[in-house]
Amino acid sequence: MKSFARGDPRSLTRRMCRMFTAPDMVVNDLVARVRPRSLAVRTSAAQLARVRMNVTTTDTDKRLEWIAQIAAVRDRQDRAAFADLFRHFAPRVKGFLMKSGAPADQAEEVAQDVMATVWRKAGMFDPGKASVATWIYTIARNRRIDTLRKSRRPEPEELTWGPEQAASAGDVLALQQETEQLGRALKALPDAQRALIERAYFGDLSHSEIATETGLPLGTIKSRIRLALEKLRQSMG
Amino acid sequence: MTMTMTIQHHLTDALLMGYATGSLPEAFGLVVATHCSLCDDCRARAMEFEALGGEVVAEMEASPLSDGALAATMARIADPSWTTPAPRAARPKGIFPTPLQDYVGGDLASVRWQRLGGGAAQAILPTDSDASVRLLRIPGGARMPDHGHRGMELTLVLQGAFRDATDRFGPGDVELADAELTHQPVAEGGADCICLAASDAPLRFRGLLPRLAQGFLRI
Repeated sequence: MKSFARGDPRSLTRRMCRMFTAPDMVVNDLVARVRPRSLAVRTSAAQLARVRMNVTTTDTDKRLEWIAQIAAVRDRQDRAAFADLFRHFAPRVKGFLMKSGAPADQAEEVAQDVMATVWRKAGMFDPGKASVATWIYTIARNRRIDTLRKSRRPEPEELTWGPEQAASAGDVLALQQETEQLGRALKALPDAQRALIERAYFGDLSHSEIATETGLPLGTIKSRIRLALEKLRQSMG
Repeated sequence: MTMTMTIQHHLTDALLMGYATGSLPEAFGLVVATHCSLCDDCRARAMEFEALGGEVVAEMEASPLSDGALAATMARIADPSWTTPAPRAARPKGIFPTPLQDYVGGDLASVRWQRLGGGAAQAILPTDSDASVRLLRIPGGARMPDHGHRGMELTLVLQGAFRDATDRFGPGDVELADAELTHQPVAEGGADCICLAASDAPLRFRGLLPRLAQGFLRI
C-alpha cells in the first residue's frame, strides 16, 4: 500500500479504517475517494474562511480525526487525543448549556461532566450510527435533562453489534460526509430560520411550538442509519 | 413482539424532533422510546434530528472554560468513586419493549391494573408531572368511553387493535389526537387491546358516570 504524509487526509482515512478493521480493498477504495489536498492549501482556505466569517467549517477530515481520537481514548487512554477533543468540544458544550438556561458556573460544571462521560463511554461510541459531534450532543442533552430539568429521558431498546460485526469503513465515511452536508445546509439557512432551529435544541421551544419545516435536506442520514439498524438486527440474530 | 409487525401509523416529525431536542415531557418520551424500540424507521428519523443537534453544538460560539478545567476533568475521570452506570440489563422478551419494562418493573404480568368498569383497566406509570402516561387494557370488542381531549394524547398499541373514526390501529401503531378529535375507539374482537397512552391534559369524558369516575381514578 502507498503511504501518505502525516496530515494528508488520505493517511488519516487509512488509519481510521485500520482502527475499524476494514479489509484492504475497502481501505484503498476509501482512500481513493478522499480528495488529496496539501496542508498548505487547507491552512490558507481555513484562514480565509476565518477572515470572512469568523467561523471554520467542520469538514470531513476533522470529523474523521475526532473518530480517531475517540478510538485512541478507548484503546490507549490517550490523554493528548482527549485534550484535543476537550479543547474543541468543552467550550461549545458549555455555550450550549448556557444558551439552554444554565448559569455560567453550572454550565462549566456540567460541561466537565459531559467530557468526563466522553472518556468513560468512549468504548460505546459507534461511528456507524453517529458522528462524534452528534454523540457528544446526546450526552450533553441527557445531562441537561437530568440536572437542569430534573427529569428522566426514556431511551429506546439498546441495539449493539454482535462480536463479529462492526460498521464498515465505507458506511462510517459516508455518514460523516452526510452529517457534514447537513451542517453546511444549517449554516446556509437564513438567520431567522437557523435561529429557530437552534432555539429548539436549546430547549426553548415546546414540542407543539417546533416547526418541522426546517428547510433542511433531511432524509439522507435517516436512510443510512436505517440501513445500519437493519444490519445491527441481523448481526444480533 | 417481533419486527415482523407492519407498522402503519408513525410518529410525527414534531414529536421526534421534540424527543431529540429533549423538550418532550417524560410521559411522551416514554411512548416515543417504546415506539422507536419497535420501529427502526422512526428511530432513524429521531437519530437524524440528533445529528442536527450535533451540528448546532459543533457550530456554537465557544464559551471559554476556566483555566484548570481540563485538569479538573482529568481528576474527575481518575476519581474511583465516579462510576459509569452499567449498561442496562436486557429484559426478557415480552410484549413490552425494554423502556416500558423499565417503568412497569417487568412485562405484562407485572402491571398493577386498576379497574375502570366495563372490563377495562388502567395503570398509571410514574413520570414527572408535565404530562401523564398510562397503560390501558380494553377487552376485545369493547368500547372505550367516548372522550375528547383538552390537550394532546399519544396512544401506542402494544397488543390487539382498535378502530376509531379515523382508522385502524394495530400493534406498533401510534395515534396522535389533539383537542379537535373526539373519538370513541373500539377494541377489535379477540385478545384484550393493550395500549400505552400519554396525555398533557386530563381526558374529557362525555358521559356523566365516566366524568364522576374521572375525579378519583385520575383519568
